[in-house]
Amino acid sequence: MPELAVLLPLGAPALPLDEAGKYVAGAYVVFVVLLVVYVAIMAAKVQRIERELREVAAIAEERKEQREEVRA
Amino acid sequence: MYGKGLKPLSIATVAMLALSLSLVFFYAPLDGDQGFIQKIFYLHVPLAIVALIGFIAGGVFAIAHLRTNDRKWDAYSYVSIHISVIFGVAVLITGAIWAKASWGHWWVWDEPTLVSFLIVFLLYATYYPFRYAIEDRDRQARYASVFAVTAGAFVPLNFMAVRMAQSLVHPRTFATAEGGMPGEMMLTFLCSLVAMGLLWTTLVKFELTAKSASGQVKRLRRALDAPVTGGTSRIAPEVS
Repeated sequence: MPELAVLLPLGAPALPLDEAGKYVAGAYVVFVVLLVVYVAIMAAKVQRIERELREVAAIAEERKEQREEVRA
Repeated sequence: MYGKGLKPLSIATVAMLALSLSLVFFYAPLDGDQGFIQKIFYLHVPLAIVALIGFIAGGVFAIAHLRTNDRKWDAYSYVSIHISVIFGVAVLITGAIWAKASWGHWWVWDEPTLVSFLIVFLLYATYYPFRYAIEDRDRQARYASVFAVTAGAFVPLNFMAVRMAQSLVHPRTFATAEGGMPGEMMLTFLCSLVAMGLLWTTLVKFELTAKSASGQVKRLRRALDAPVTGGTSRIAPEVS
């Protein structure tokens, strides 16, 4: 694909400032926004998992201390 | 377990999305009929194809769950449908934008392709309330699998019915009397399709990894919260 090799490094052709450009931009922006919203929701989920993991680790630590007290 | 290979897959997805966007805007020629508006095609159609294949994949995973009773397949089925529903939202919105630009209307009710996709989308939108209306986890998984198999079988039937319908409005991309798309457009379209397929796979894997991690933490918490003298947990020490 010689054309591809030549065309890719070139600058983006200016979006035509008529109606078509607005609709095309709108469609691609919707896609990106949906993706970002999904990633944000997943980030919130991962934060929740991290918090729960910290709580579980704290409980485990507490149990370990209790076990050591019983042994002592 | 689910997170294995997620990093290279994510990198491949980003690279493929960048390549396909480059091809869409710098390589693919402008359509003689629709002009610049046709660029939406490279986003809308691959999203729709991947969403529909994702629904079918959800059904296939559900069959595996019903055959083996392994909860792993139920998770695969659920996540496949979940990501496909998100893709479906993108398909409906980008399709409406394209319709408005091309036909002057956000929605055309007498266009079989649009309405059939909406029916499939609404069918899968009922998957969530249906699934979570059942409290018992095993029954929930089993009933959801039956739903996924039935709905998954409906997707290709629906597709064939639409293809057989005589539509005057919606373009037929791959089999027209004029011979379909030119080579540059086809290459761009195929790259976009692969990019969307990779994105779907990455998101499914990402979601499964998060679900698995969440499940493991819950198991750990249950084990720690279990009565220490009960003997049911190997994690909680016996201190009393």
